[in-house]
Amino acid sequence: MSAAAIELEGMCKSFGRVEIIRNVSLSITKGERHAIIGPNGAGKSTMFNLITGKYHPTSGTVRLHGEVVDQLKPYEINRRGLSRSFQITNIFAKMTVFENIRCGLLWSMNYKYSFWHLVDRQPGLTARAHEILEQINMADKHATLAGVLTYAEQRALEIGITIAGGADIIMLDEPTAGMSASETEYIVELIRKVTENKTLVVVEHDMGVVFDLADRISVLVYGEIIASDTPQNVRANPAVQEAYLGTVLEGAD
Amino acid sequence: MSLAGETNASAQAGANSVNWLRLLPWGLAVVLLAILPFVFGSGAGLTVLNQMAITIIFALAYNMLLGQGGMLSFGHAVYMGLGGFFCVHLMNRVEFDGLWLPLPLLPLFGGLFGLLFAVIVGSFSTRRAGTVFAMISLGVGELIAACSIIIVAFFGGEEGVSADRTMGPALLGIDFSSQKEVYYLSACWLLISAAAMYLYSRTPVGRMANAVRDNEERAEFLGYSQRKVRFMSFCASGFFAGIAGALFAINFEILTEENLNLATSGSVLLITFLGGVGFFVGPIIGAIVFTLLQTVLSLFTEIWQLYLGILFVMTVMFFPFGLTGLIAIHFRPYQLGKLGTLIIPYALIAGPALGFALGSACVMEILFHARHAALGDETMTLLGVSFNSHSPAPLLLAVAVAGLSVWALRKLLPAFKDAWDEANHAGDAS
Ligand SMILES: Nc1ncnc2c1ncn2[C@@H]1O[C@H](COP(=O)(O)OP(=O)(O)O)[C@@H](O)[C@H]1O
Ligand SMILES: [Mg+2]
Repeated sequence: MSAAAIELEGMCKSFGRVEIIRNVSLSITKGERHAIIGPNGAGKSTMFNLITGKYHPTSGTVRLHGEVVDQLKPYEINRRGLSRSFQITNIFAKMTVFENIRCGLLWSMNYKYSFWHLVDRQPGLTARAHEILEQINMADKHATLAGVLTYAEQRALEIGITIAGGADIIMLDEPTAGMSASETEYIVELIRKVTENKTLVVVEHDMGVVFDLADRISVLVYGEIIASDTPQNVRANPAVQEAYLGTVLEGAD
Repeated sequence: MSLAGETNASAQAGANSVNWLRLLPWGLAVVLLAILPFVFGSGAGLTVLNQMAITIIFALAYNMLLGQGGMLSFGHAVYMGLGGFFCVHLMNRVEFDGLWLPLPLLPLFGGLFGLLFAVIVGSFSTRRAGTVFAMISLGVGELIAACSIIIVAFFGGEEGVSADRTMGPALLGIDFSSQKEVYYLSACWLLISAAAMYLYSRTPVGRMANAVRDNEERAEFLGYSQRKVRFMSFCASGFFAGIAGALFAINFEILTEENLNLATSGSVLLITFLGGVGFFVGPIIGAIVFTLLQTVLSLFTEIWQLYLGILFVMTVMFFPFGLTGLIAIHFRPYQLGKLGTLIIPYALIAGPALGFALGSACVMEILFHARHAALGDETMTLLGVSFNSHSPAPLLLAVAVAGLSVWALRKLLPAFKDAWDEANHAGDAS
């Protein structure tokens, strides 16, 4: 069997003396849609940052397709086929929507640090950027500055930038946070569409979305994974119900 | 925003064919550069033009850092200066050792020397952007300026190093003994450099320089090392600064400590900001205005640097997008066909604005003359009127003019603002 897409082994992270991630071990197989849930401040975003190279674990290892990556820089991890979005919208606000997407494409289309190609004269690059704009339904907004888009549009653009490079592991940090019900529905459809056949890791608060999207759910509480199982089993898990005080999970179906 | 933020609509249309409309400004520049010596053919005119060409290249190179890459450098004169010094030495090798090097190629070597030094310094200074980068640039600038006095063999101590540009092998019978020949050489290198710098901004690494400037974290998660992107901008900038230095060496045939000290580094920052860092043409406009002010203003007044300083402060405070930004904000009224409605409001405030500028300038000139003119020299001439700078009447008059102008400006500004808003407002106001 091939190695897991992401494998965490005894991962710990402390900021100063505070231990934020405590001995997390988790294996996410290729093609899996994995949701990470847990109360605010549990360490979900920190976990993302540890996997994607923004932080390095205090101890433990992170493997990507079997390769140890926990000392690599974000750009090195990205080049190994992992791409992420951020909890707080993180786009190039002063660039157009089209240029945002194009920035997401450049490395994967092998332009690297080229100073001998002109970006406007690369038909393949332009065409691919427009394809992605179609996918995220923003073709008509291609010339708009990203900074003036609505919040929901910016979130959609962020997903577009994230998937543009064709990474096979996509990690999304609270993609529907702060959205109305209809916007949430729209984004979930979008995520489903653009992450088809990819490994998806998503942090999400909306239980409806989680149960809708995920094959497997991990519950993170105070930096520890207290359950990692199928949606049905997680819902039935008494420890999870206790952590959530039985409130949040009820409405979810 | 600006040339840097062009959209793909044109890119799509022009992906395979040349977009002639976009070449128009370059065509105009070629024509303009070709005919300028016929308009300003005097020795002084050509000197100013040469100075302008050099400053434009330097400022464009500087803006690769500041505008395109978000790196604030306080020591960029180093790369221009070192390129220049290197070229002066090369010219001397040509003259005394018979080195075969046609003068027109010299700027390439100046550029390579600037590049070499930028590679060395950039390898550690581009690790971080922001304050760290700015402080390192300041430190390196100070270091090289200090070296220029210590390492006499290369920098020539206080007198600097001089050379003779006419000693190289003449190509097509041109030996660059006339100013006009030097001008056309500078103009060619200006066109080559400006085009190359513009094209650089349209390459993958040039685009990512913008991306790193705006959001370095996001760029890293898209596969790009922010450090390497900054390093490459830095090297490119050093290369073009070196070309400017070489042209300086050719034009003035001497380089001194002044060419790489912090004051020169400061003025390129000022020039670029004055012109507008957010636009490709910003540094060009800044360099033209600066050179004009420097040469023309200094003919009329000793305190021209004071005026330059005031202009800079006012730009930073009121027009953070620079002179180019000031022009650019008229584009919307123009598109709406309402530019004409602004003529009268502009004419109305022009009087008081001019009154304020002249009034306060007179105050400064009178005070300066009263304090600094030779003892017993109490007569001064301003705007064609001679008077005693020590008597209170002229000073009071100047203060009164300035004060009245401010009062009038304050009265007129609300109406101007309304007219401005109206001109930027789509649809008819009825
Ligand atoms: N860079 C940091 N330095 C110090 N503490 C941090 C840092 N990043 C996160 N934390 C802390 O780690 C805890 C978990 O944060 P986070 O991972 O953002 O939680 P979640 O995403 O689950 O809401 C919080 O208490 C937060 O204050
Ligand atoms: Mg979070």
